[in-house]
Amino acid sequence: MEPKISIRGLKKRFGDNEVLKNIDLDVNEGEICVILGASGSGKSVLIKHIIGLLRPDEGSIFVRGIDISRMEEKEMNEIRKSFGMVFQNSALFDSMTVYENVAFPLIEHTRLKESEIREKVREKLNILGLYDIEDKYPAELSGGMKKRVGLARAVILNPEIILYDEPTTGLDPITTMTVNEMILDARQKFNVTSIVISHDIGSAFMIADKIAFLYNGVIIEQGPPQYIKEAKDENLQRFLHTWFRKA
Amino acid sequence: MDHIIKNNILLNRALRFFEEIGEFFILCIDVIAVSFKPPFRYRNIIKELDNIGIQSLFVVLLTGAFTGMVMALQSINVFAKFNAEGLVGSTVAISVARELGPVLTAFMVTGRAGSALATELGSMRVTEQIDALYTMGVDPKQYLITPKMIASVIMLPILTAAFDLISVAGSYLVSVIFMGIDAGVFIDKIKYFMDPVDVTSGLIKAAVFGYIIAMVCSYNGFFASGGAKGVGEATTRSVVLSFITILVVDYFLTVLMTKYLPGYVLGG
Repeated sequence: MEPKISIRGLKKRFGDNEVLKNIDLDVNEGEICVILGASGSGKSVLIKHIIGLLRPDEGSIFVRGIDISRMEEKEMNEIRKSFGMVFQNSALFDSMTVYENVAFPLIEHTRLKESEIREKVREKLNILGLYDIEDKYPAELSGGMKKRVGLARAVILNPEIILYDEPTTGLDPITTMTVNEMILDARQKFNVTSIVISHDIGSAFMIADKIAFLYNGVIIEQGPPQYIKEAKDENLQRFLHTWFRKA
Repeated sequence: MDHIIKNNILLNRALRFFEEIGEFFILCIDVIAVSFKPPFRYRNIIKELDNIGIQSLFVVLLTGAFTGMVMALQSINVFAKFNAEGLVGSTVAISVARELGPVLTAFMVTGRAGSALATELGSMRVTEQIDALYTMGVDPKQYLITPKMIASVIMLPILTAAFDLISVAGSYLVSVIFMGIDAGVFIDKIKYFMDPVDVTSGLIKAAVFGYIIAMVCSYNGFFASGGAKGVGEATTRSVVLSFITILVVDYFLTVLMTKYLPGYVLGG
């Protein structure tokens, strides 16, 4: 089966700083792939390439077999409709209510009536366990609720792929657990392929079907969690040791 | 060569300066280009007309009234030496219509709406709201900057016209009501010395200043970085650069108008 997302020979440099050095990665349909790495390893740069916010210096990114790395912005905008992205700090529009935030992609990309939009927004919020918050502003929500509203906005156009940027960073353990469950639930309820970038080892081993360890701009190891746990690479083991020793 | 560039701080700053100028002009061209492309977000434009225009009206009227009043007060004493107090109205009207109206209105709008605009875009940048727009397939330049640019170009001339009117009313109050100058002479001299081109030249300048305010403040906010501190710096820079650009462009517009605007003569 053709991978949903396939990255081949991806390289990116900012001035003298070579951030990504020859990345190869496949993500299959329905899979949760966690790109694990320390701060500054190039995770955010990689995810920005996948959604076309950055263009590679070399290499290609295939989404459903289509190379998006040299696509015109107009075509890229069409491809982006098959993606949903959940940002680290949710990136909800703070001047809009929860309803307006979640409805935003529908208003921009569909010709649905307001009553239909309202119905779809309520449905997505309810699936994610959010009730009667449509009229609240993001500032009135807790961190976990913001994440779920961000996810509701990301899935409102029924995308095929969801990207999560550091979903558990800065959250307390209970909210972290809720967000992990939210990612697993989202895969089941919305039938999506998920890519998560994170440095949270515990979360990665809880939710991932596949883990890719990014170190210094290179994916050193990739495979199922058990394979990663047993891999011999020194840098990977040093990274994992910080968590498993604690556990 | 690379080594020389890397180690020369002055050269680096100069290169960065020209890079920013280039980025600014690319943004200006992009925003004009996307403003002619659908979707046309009328609701956003109306919101910005209110934000930039209506909400600036009070501060513009207040500034205009006191500018007219103080100009009248100052010029009466000078004209009194030549028994020409009747010229106060026309002097205030012409200088306000040609220069003070558009420039001071632009300053007020920069201080009130331009700074808010830079802060809003800067906050959206550092909290990834602008990236979120990209990921949802929405062009942030078209969604965020175009309505502000259109509203600013429309509202600046309207606010300037209001400034002009209230300034003349303020000078009338001081000259006629407080200082006892004959009302007929005051109005007659304005009619005699003032041409429609005095007003239109000021309104043209105001529209150009509106574009400058929107683009300078948007540029600084849109490319802000470095968290809350970066947003603060972007706001300060957008206000200072707007003021300077307005004054520089004002000079060159005046030179151009003397050459190409029929009936526009320096000195009235």
